[in-house]
Amino acid sequence: MNATAQYNFAYLDEQTKRMIRRAILKAIAIPGYQVPFSSREMPMPYGWGTGGVQVTASIIGPDDVLKVIDQGADDTTNAVSIRAFFAKVAQVATTTHTGEATIIQTRHRIPERALGPGQTLVYQVPIPEPLRFLEPRETETRKMHALEEYGLMHVKLYEDIARHGRIATTYAYPVKVEGRYVMDPSPTPKFDNPKMHMSEALQLFGAGREHRIYAVPPHTEVVSLDFEDHPFAIQHFEEPCALCGAEQVYLDEVILDDAGGHMYVCSDTDNCETRRAAGHVGALGVREAAE
Amino acid sequence: MDIGLDGGFSEPVRQAQSSFRAIMDAFANPGTVQKFAHLAPAHGLLQGELVSTLLTLSDQDTPIWLSGKLRQTPGMEDFVAFHTGAPLVSETGHAVFAFAGAADELPDLDRFNPGTQEYPDRSTTIVLAVTAFAGGDELVIRGPGIRDQRTISPIGLPRNFVAQWAANRALFPRGVDLLLVAGGAVMGLPRSTRIAEGQ
Repeated sequence: MNATAQYNFAYLDEQTKRMIRRAILKAIAIPGYQVPFSSREMPMPYGWGTGGVQVTASIIGPDDVLKVIDQGADDTTNAVSIRAFFAKVAQVATTTHTGEATIIQTRHRIPERALGPGQTLVYQVPIPEPLRFLEPRETETRKMHALEEYGLMHVKLYEDIARHGRIATTYAYPVKVEGRYVMDPSPTPKFDNPKMHMSEALQLFGAGREHRIYAVPPHTEVVSLDFEDHPFAIQHFEEPCALCGAEQVYLDEVILDDAGGHMYVCSDTDNCETRRAAGHVGALGVREAAE
Repeated sequence: MDIGLDGGFSEPVRQAQSSFRAIMDAFANPGTVQKFAHLAPAHGLLQGELVSTLLTLSDQDTPIWLSGKLRQTPGMEDFVAFHTGAPLVSETGHAVFAFAGAADELPDLDRFNPGTQEYPDRSTTIVLAVTAFAGGDELVIRGPGIRDQRTISPIGLPRNFVAQWAANRALFPRGVDLLLVAGGAVMGLPRSTRIAEGQ
């Protein structure tokens, strides 16, 4: 124990945690409804996940095991720094393995491996209001949610079809939660939307700059908006992951040279590493050295 | 006799966190029984489960309603003021949290604040001590947090509870949330839960 002053457990002061905890309970009780909360300054800039960090800080305990991903990857700057932050201020165990984590904070992906009961997924959300780009006034969007008046959103999707022949929205694809609130699933690819539906894990969303928290409890209906003649469909990839050969996963394109060479690799690094360790090899992959 | 100020959490940070997780899991999985890892000591008529919930969730920002019986306990107001700083209100509609040691101390649910259509989160959360979580009339519940359905049978629910809860559910997204406590554990009934059959 050194003599210098320590941060409170998990950085936030207790009154702030209580305020956020109360917001989380309301969010769980009203699935998909955005609960205003008094977002704090965090030791990182807005846009780096301050909402998610505040939610995680308010729920995390010494026995939790934390995983942090950024676009599916455990090893990018945002993920590494947030993981190190909680290892320092909450002394919690961290992991990169989806199955071992009790809390997973995520920026813009849902892990490929299905989440189980007892796991909590915390999303970092930049713009929580799905109607914001259609109606900039908060007083109006709040009234639209209150009256369940979501015609404008369907008009937006319809205009996509009129212009592009299909619904062109590929990320932050709006969903309806439990038949009531239209919700922004954060800028996850629409590929991940079906994973939210009837998930066994608790899903919490924190938007720091916008001061909103919302939630989807386990076993809750999450339906992507669509039309009968233009049903919702997820992205489809022509080739499997070049490293592990996985299909039916979300892939990132990696540019290899300046002559158009490219490869597709798993966005979920833990999923890719687990598969490669189990002996799966893709077209450009190298068989793991036997240990 | 004055009950004094002693009590509360011995390790406020850790115990508030573990108590909150029990309450969060209770609301996220309605009808399940979630144990408090650590229970604050009972204080006069305020059972340990009520004390734990009070200390975990309330502070100067949360007006609290105590049932007449709890509030009349000498020293209770000082205890709440000292440990939480929360203002006590006698008007049920102004309470963010309401605490009752038994169902007969609790007015009808519609006396509490259901929030507004624009801000349904500005509602009362009722914390009610029940006799037990099992052994009473069976209720089948459905809704978010419940796979298919779940059967609960708490003893000590408010009278006409099925009808009262149906009226509360009909207000959705407005409505009150109910936290039942007994035996060192907590059970959540958020406003989203429907009672499918029973009584």
